Amino acid sequence: MHEPKDKSSEGRGDEDLILSVEDLAVHFPLGGGLFGRGQRLLRAVDGVDLKLKRGECLGLVGESGSGKSTVALSILGLQTPTRGRIVLDGQVVTGRPSGDRKSLARIVQIVFQDPYASLNPRQTVRRTLEDPLRVHGVTARGEIEDRVATMLRHVGLRPEQADRYPHEFSGGQRQRIGIARALILNPKIVICDEPVSALDVSIRAQIINLLLELKDTLGLSYIMISHDLGVVEHMSDRVAVMYLGRIVENGDWREIFERPAHPYTQALIAAIPDPLHHAPLATTGGDLPNPLNPPNGCAFSPRCRYAEDVCRHEPGPVLETRPDGHAVRCWRSEEIAGRANLTSAEGALP
Amino acid sequence: MTGVPLIEVEDLRIDLDDGSRRVAAAEGISFRIDRGETFGLVGESGCGKSITALALIGLLRQPLSIGGGVIRFDGQEIQHLSAARQRDLRGNRIAMIFQEPMTALNPVSPVGRQIAEMFVLHKGKSWREANQLAVEALASVRVPAPERRVNDYPHQLSGGMRQRVMIAIALACGPDLLIADEPTTALDVTVQAEIIELMRNLCAERGTAILMISHDLGLVANVCRRVAVMYAGRIVEERGSADIFRAPSHPYTQGLVASLPRLGSRAALGRSRLKEIAGVVPAITSFPDGCRFNPRCTQATDICRTVAPTADFLEAGGLVRCHHHA
Repeated sequence: MHEPKDKSSEGRGDEDLILSVEDLAVHFPLGGGLFGRGQRLLRAVDGVDLKLKRGECLGLVGESGSGKSTVALSILGLQTPTRGRIVLDGQVVTGRPSGDRKSLARIVQIVFQDPYASLNPRQTVRRTLEDPLRVHGVTARGEIEDRVATMLRHVGLRPEQADRYPHEFSGGQRQRIGIARALILNPKIVICDEPVSALDVSIRAQIINLLLELKDTLGLSYIMISHDLGVVEHMSDRVAVMYLGRIVENGDWREIFERPAHPYTQALIAAIPDPLHHAPLATTGGDLPNPLNPPNGCAFSPRCRYAEDVCRHEPGPVLETRPDGHAVRCWRSEEIAGRANLTSAEGALP
Repeated sequence: MTGVPLIEVEDLRIDLDDGSRRVAAAEGISFRIDRGETFGLVGESGCGKSITALALIGLLRQPLSIGGGVIRFDGQEIQHLSAARQRDLRGNRIAMIFQEPMTALNPVSPVGRQIAEMFVLHKGKSWREANQLAVEALASVRVPAPERRVNDYPHQLSGGMRQRVMIAIALACGPDLLIADEPTTALDVTVQAEIIELMRNLCAERGTAILMISHDLGLVANVCRRVAVMYAGRIVEERGSADIFRAPSHPYTQGLVASLPRLGSRAALGRSRLKEIAGVVPAITSFPDGCRFNPRCTQATDICRTVAPTADFLEAGGLVRCHHHA
């Protein structure tokens, strides 16, 4: 699991990289009257760097409002970045005319959270899978049929089920259709946005196993967005933790889960209930701050148990990469490293 | 286990009337909760856990109705109480919080008024007194600046703050039982921890029993002392919460525990294929004969397909409904 990390690599010319996001920022101007006076800027994503290697899965975690989905939309070409560059499979895709979304679709696809809402209820499965092929110039009847049948088998459905409508399938089967729809154009990257959280608990393992199988057999690379850290740990090779539009920690999955260095990552992990112990959950205090009015200095400082004066003053901490490739945005990470598991466990409830 | 339990459910059946016929959406439901106890009801969507809670609080509406069985609250049967008596019980002695506080709160009324209403309706306070109590109630759920927040409308609050308001409303009259139906499912994990701790501490201080309903076995096992697992309208296993994770008895519970990726398991054991539970959750209208889990069960034999298993009491405490249980 120890990948040699080339610190100087800038994303270009690195054969291993299928995706590189460099200094991505997405700002939304809000409100404001005539001539834009009084307009405020919501920095949904503010200077995010991500790298995804071929065949790997990058877990992206953080609370709602942290900017995970905006990053995903930018990579898909559905959200124009304010700043920054996205390199997909060697091509710079930012700053292109919007019509290029079509060529992007052959490289990167998405599996949505809710398989009930993300499939057209009035289209058969066949239609849902055929349409992208036609749009992308596959017209031969036989080839279309072959590809649809093959894809259905890949996701564990039978080709003869192609003429049914979404309502005739269970939730798990619908998510299989959603996966087939994402894969029909043979993309290289699949963004999985909470792919199992809308499913029944007893069905989730089926879909997680399927996604991992497909990744190996089809040579895919994943970005896995989830709030379920158990799922992220199980699937990811690297994990990036976002807080208020920025990456606060990024590293090998084992590093992130066994030696979380940022107090926010530690808080996320400590907040997971331990089913074997009747112990109080570790609490952080406070909500995610208003992104229109972010705190001074480190964005996590108002909720951080380790915050000191330095954390509350500008400039905020920078994302510093250690020699082992583990990056942390915290002034005090050296001092507080390894304190993650001290929090709960003691003092069982009556 | 001395004295009268706070709530005792015996052989409860809940019918679903789809116009042409009645089917049992839940049946044979029996459990008891003592004063101040924490009890969890776990299962997937459609297993009957939420309608069981609604039956306890007298909120079942057409097409659902109680088809049989007894619900005793503090020794008194409540399943056939008049609407007025039920209203009196509800909010006053049994309260409930829901998954999505945005839909459970009134969007056009300030949250302070919604809390104060409880004191006016159930405790006969004047609005003036009640408004003051509402500020105190908001302070008790640790909403900052409660004297200003009482004037806020639900949309002005974050999801976590709204759920705090729900808890303030639910606990306003000092109920004996708090029913929490997926109280943190819509919230982020750090906010979930806050809300769970708040609920747990307030109820412990006041001696309020908790009936927690969730699909998240891990969360319920952490919060509650005892857990009942429901599958397809029946309770299949009821255990102490530590036991249910360490040594589940029913094949369904075993499957659930084994199928979920748990934090730390990959680091300890490496990444192995997750154990799947084959098949799908059956629909209410097509529950299988015999044991309802049999089509998905790896240990099913002929008897499982024809005879519904009865409750076996385990030596270690708890019960399981399975012909071949461990």
